[in-house]
Amino acid sequence: MSLWADKYRPNSLQKVDYHQDQAQHLTNLVNQGDFPHLLFYGPNGAGKKTRILALLRQLYGPGVERLRTEHMNFMTPSNKKFEIMTVASNYHIEVNASDAGMYDRIVVMELIKTVAQTHQLDSTKQRHFKVILLTEVDRLTKEAQQALRRTMEKYMATCRIILCANSIGQVIPAIRSRCLAVRVPAPTHEDICKILKTICKKEGLTLPDELALIISQNCERNLRRAILMLEASKVKQYPFDVKQSVVVPDWQLYIGDTAKQILSQQTPGKLLEVRSMLYELIVHGIPTNVIFKFLLKELVKNCDISLKHDIVEIASFYEHSLLKGNKTMFHLEAFVAKFMLLYSKFMEESLHGIF
Amino acid sequence: MDSFLKTGKINQDQQSTSSGLKSKDGSRGISNSTTPWVEKYRPRTVDEVSEQSEIVAVLKQCLEQGADMPHLLFYGPPGTGKTSTIIAAARQLFGDMYKNRMLELNASDDRGIQVIRDKVKTFAQLTASDRRPDGKPCPPFKIVVLDEADSMTAPAQAALRRTIERETKTTRFCLICNYVSCIIDPLTSRCSKFRFKPLSHEIMLTRLEHICKEEGVKCAPRVLARLVDASGGDMRRAITSLQSTARLKGEVGIEEVDVLEVVGTVPDIWLDRMIDMGRMYDYQKMDGFVEDLIFEAYSASQILEQLHDKIVFSTDLKDNQKAIICKSISICAYRLQEGCSEYVTLLNLLCSVAKALKG
Repeated sequence: MSLWADKYRPNSLQKVDYHQDQAQHLTNLVNQGDFPHLLFYGPNGAGKKTRILALLRQLYGPGVERLRTEHMNFMTPSNKKFEIMTVASNYHIEVNASDAGMYDRIVVMELIKTVAQTHQLDSTKQRHFKVILLTEVDRLTKEAQQALRRTMEKYMATCRIILCANSIGQVIPAIRSRCLAVRVPAPTHEDICKILKTICKKEGLTLPDELALIISQNCERNLRRAILMLEASKVKQYPFDVKQSVVVPDWQLYIGDTAKQILSQQTPGKLLEVRSMLYELIVHGIPTNVIFKFLLKELVKNCDISLKHDIVEIASFYEHSLLKGNKTMFHLEAFVAKFMLLYSKFMEESLHGIF
Repeated sequence: MDSFLKTGKINQDQQSTSSGLKSKDGSRGISNSTTPWVEKYRPRTVDEVSEQSEIVAVLKQCLEQGADMPHLLFYGPPGTGKTSTIIAAARQLFGDMYKNRMLELNASDDRGIQVIRDKVKTFAQLTASDRRPDGKPCPPFKIVVLDEADSMTAPAQAALRRTIERETKTTRFCLICNYVSCIIDPLTSRCSKFRFKPLSHEIMLTRLEHICKEEGVKCAPRVLARLVDASGGDMRRAITSLQSTARLKGEVGIEEVDVLEVVGTVPDIWLDRMIDMGRMYDYQKMDGFVEDLIFEAYSASQILEQLHDKIVFSTDLKDNQKAIICKSISICAYRLQEGCSEYVTLLNLLCSVAKALKG
């Protein structure tokens, strides 16, 4: 038994549920037998991977789905060995080069060279090129992206590279100009509701409209999460009830709690408590930009508009300094402390205003 | 075995039969669509290089009158023809043997100090004859092209210094980079510098029209003009976008919307809404707007760029307001470059815009 998110993943470009125009364009592209390097970008759960896999299937047939995992070994200039896991079929290979951390440049260089230098054995039955799928390109270091530039042009005859990124901002322009960029926007609320209902129909369940709407509002337009939420709600309670609470991720609730703590009291003692809560979040591997985003969202809820502006400004400032520095705690805590200062000042002033 | 795997196509006639089959299906043959248009329409001779009159004049002197060629340093924005120029020049200088006489190293090759010491030095020390195999005269030197030289480390650049001088007899160096400031001074002083200007509107337009005609792409002049606008003087980007759109749309003609989508421009309606949001000064709405913008997957840096144009050329803003907004745009652009999250940065920008508009 597989998860609904995998079970109902469309496996051909004709069957995708939204952005049909784009799917049509991609089909045109594949039917011509060849395509340039592609760069898919869009938020999480918008269906980038689904489209890429559907494209590959269209290109090579069902053989693409016979996957195997391989471990590849690389050697750094300082003779340190490291290993990286790849998922491959006969026709394509998928790598997340940012797994290698600072050595991603070596992965990019070596991998493409080894893959691109071997030909498809029987080029009458297959395409004459292989596909290299690089995920999370936006997290590659600048050096690795530089290394990709010329390699992409050089091995054009034997391989095509499909890049997949969350945001295009971190991809250097030189790479962008060498690829056909495909924007995959997140599905709209209506799309999500429609898909949830079709899934329920196929499973033989009934889903009230209201609940579908609630789920789609809580999933941040992330389709994968929406489907997971739906499945979780079904496990929790079926038949569905309109007032049924949807399962919100733990960490999101925890950040909410943290924000409440900060708002309740602005003292050094409280700061210490908040600190331990923040540590809890960091230890559990919540990315700092997510912490900042949700903390900011919770904190500004009951502030005056001018105060909101100041808070957004300091949030942006400390997020930036966090990236420059390397000890995350300092910057998160500095943000909280600064917020406490602004907030208590604001409260005092408004109290003065009353009397 | 290795060389068998490495060389071109396995079996050329198999290839052609397969492409023959493909074209029966109603699509274009492989040989036609594999070569990117950027490669296909690369200038073959120095004369074909457009706009860059200074360097063309210098290179023509070398080609026609056999004047001595200096070491070269090309710099300028991407897609202005730096690499094309040197390759075309080499092809004209050495004819068929240009591949043996040219060593091209770029950022994807390992280019640490070790490579400079071993590979470049050994290549530079080889002597070159002044005759081609067929007896025609050719210049007695080789060319080392260091592409994307700005991503070379400073020690590696420093290792080049003496090599350049000592091997002048047999080797000319050509450094290519985007930013001349990334090249250390001792190197720049050893080369003659040439700046590559961004290509002008008209030249790009005529070139694109030419390509359209050759490839049989249906495209209105208005759409081409839009494409040229969006690519900002980058020829490679314009051609790649043209080819991509042509492929995406198949036989149907290219529309303005498709071009915008491929180039990644944010539709104007979003920017207008952004400024409206600023005027309204409602945090809740700004928050929602920024989230929508991110869900639509538009690139934040692109938004900043377009917003900047809009602000600077807007007529109903005071100079003071423009200055404040531009300042916050610059701060946000810097933070985005460093990798800050788009949500917080854009929200910050929007707040500042709102504040500035309020006065």
